[in-house]
Amino acid sequence: MVLTTTSTSVNYRAVPDESGRFGPYGGKYVPETLMPALDELEEAYLQARDDGEFMAELAHLQHTYVGRPTPLTYARRLSERLGGAQIYLKREDLAHSGAHKINNALGQALLMKRKMGKTRIVAETGAGQHGVATATAAALLGIECVVYMGIVDMERQKPNVFRMQLLSTEVRSVDSGSQTLKDAINEAIRDWVTNVATTHYLLGSVLGPHPYPAMVRDFQSIIGCEAYSQMQDTAQGGPGRLPDVIVACVGGGSNAIGIFHPFLEEETVRLVGVEAGGHGIEGGAHAARFADPKLGRLGVLQGTKSYVLQDSDGQIALTHSISAGLDYASVGPEHAWLRDMGRSQYTYCTDAQTLKGFKALCELEGIIPALESAHAIGHVLELAPQMARDQVILVNLSGRGDKDLGTVMKTVGGER
Amino acid sequence: MSGIERIEQVFRDLKRAESAAFMPYHAMGYPNRQASLEVIAALTEAGADLFEIGIPHSDPLADGPTIQSATYAALVGGTTVADCLQMVRELRAQGVGKPFCAMSYYNPILAYGEERFVADAAEAGIDGLIVPDLPPGESELLEPACRQAGLATIYLLAPTSTEERIQAVTRHATGFVYLVSVTGITGAREELPSDLLGFVKRVRRHTDLPLAVGFGISTGPQAAKVAEIVEGVIVGSALVKAAGSASGIAAVRTLAEELAVGSHTAVASDQKRQ
Ligand SMILES: Cc1ncc(COP(=O)(O)O)c(C=O)c1O
Repeated sequence: MVLTTTSTSVNYRAVPDESGRFGPYGGKYVPETLMPALDELEEAYLQARDDGEFMAELAHLQHTYVGRPTPLTYARRLSERLGGAQIYLKREDLAHSGAHKINNALGQALLMKRKMGKTRIVAETGAGQHGVATATAAALLGIECVVYMGIVDMERQKPNVFRMQLLSTEVRSVDSGSQTLKDAINEAIRDWVTNVATTHYLLGSVLGPHPYPAMVRDFQSIIGCEAYSQMQDTAQGGPGRLPDVIVACVGGGSNAIGIFHPFLEEETVRLVGVEAGGHGIEGGAHAARFADPKLGRLGVLQGTKSYVLQDSDGQIALTHSISAGLDYASVGPEHAWLRDMGRSQYTYCTDAQTLKGFKALCELEGIIPALESAHAIGHVLELAPQMARDQVILVNLSGRGDKDLGTVMKTVGGER
Repeated sequence: MSGIERIEQVFRDLKRAESAAFMPYHAMGYPNRQASLEVIAALTEAGADLFEIGIPHSDPLADGPTIQSATYAALVGGTTVADCLQMVRELRAQGVGKPFCAMSYYNPILAYGEERFVADAAEAGIDGLIVPDLPPGESELLEPACRQAGLATIYLLAPTSTEERIQAVTRHATGFVYLVSVTGITGAREELPSDLLGFVKRVRRHTDLPLAVGFGISTGPQAAKVAEIVEGVIVGSALVKAAGSASGIAAVRTLAEELAVGSHTAVASDQKRQ
């Protein structure tokens, strides 16, 4: 008997639709003032995507300035210690300015410079990595730049505040609401609404109104495109095959979507996103939108419909994570859709487990990861031993940990 | 009468009197529950023609510092969506008869249940809805529900709005159209923008609905200027600031009287009479 496999395959390239929807998620929930700016941005982006000269200039900068392609590293000692799957790291921590954020920041800054008649950039930042990446791109291209940052985050990511200032960006502190990423986004949007004629809002993740989730995804997909070829090529340090699982941390979800996207059609490759479990799901002190059925529900925050941590009255919940970059109440709409489609899965890693991941990578591989990325490693510590030795995990190491030394010294240092 | 008809009635009566509507905003629950009810009563006595009933949200991204901190204080004080509707019922029971437009953001309404919210709001005495982060294209569920309940769907237009957006928005609007006078967030400003008249003219080409201007009006003379060119004068931050000041209700009353006089005594320009 011949078995025909009934293909139920979904066209993952068909989203978002024209109105910016990923199934029931996404959209454009913004004040009317911004509608023309979003239309203008979409038009500029679509034009740039098909413009060979623009794409060539971006590729040139990615190569000669950012240092792409970033390497693929086999984590030999970590793999041996865990005794299960072989672990490979996609080294976004080695991209210029220390995280994957530069891929998107440079893309959008160049887009503004070449395709839109604007002269000023505003951005939000949580961990400070997106702020540093934006400040970097702005300095490179000679653009005026203002970054909004919650005062709680300014305190826990002090080195990055100073880095932005060195790069001649003005950092404005935000003391409203929870004083973290969400409030910085509100403030950046308010600035944008007010100065929309001259100003581009350089949003740092796959969040916000259409076209941001799609545009940021496309700029970040370079991570997965490189990894796709590196994994299959032993000369580039790969195992010579596709991975069984890809693991990435999920704040807004840009590094995760960036590494997932080129693998979507490879149905044998499991895609796992790791949210911030904070102090655990039970008490609500976390940022795991998919893991908490009590607080995580369909909602609209800052322009997009997705899973949102909120109370029963629709007020946005206060989140907690040891890492500022994952400390956000909503998640990119495409992740919510891929999850519904059964294509990707989401788990969480608590602060405590994250610190174990952080230490393991430092001690066994000589790599100090960002606390955001350490969430992915924290999950791998549990996942790899359950897998066979001939299986392969690819981890997106989204950033380096220099910015987090203060936080880690306070917690780990205190234990010693 | 439906909510839409009640709103239309107000503008019809004022047109006969050659006067513009004074349309104050207040954040319910600010400075506290009782005081917010007293603010609405004082505004009524001062001559308000239509109210914007602010239902607080944790992330009011179209609002400036004054309304942000007022709605935040209201939330900290325990104000809920259901209690805002309850306050509306109490105001109606006290005899406040002018139209009420609920102003909130989409997420609290989504969490409450869009259809349930519209039904409960209409029952409580709300006449129209203003949801700044819900443009017509995203309003597939809320708008039909409002139509069925007779509630006005009031949309915003900004000076940046293109002809296509003006056309799309005015096609969906009922009651009146809310013109944001500046590109920006709510908040009192010293001066009104110079190109306001041009913006008003652009919108008039697409609709016969009454137009109301908001964002930035804080004095009687400003209100009078706005009243010369449109049918409604919306004032938010300046009154909210007064409500939160040491003199509280008295300050609200003084400012509201000045604004009501400005809105009501303006000489209508030819542009408006046309
Ligand atoms: C190193 C690093 N990884 C991950 C994130 C989370 O963002 P996203 O989920 O968009 O990749 C951040 C955000 O600041 C970051 O700095």
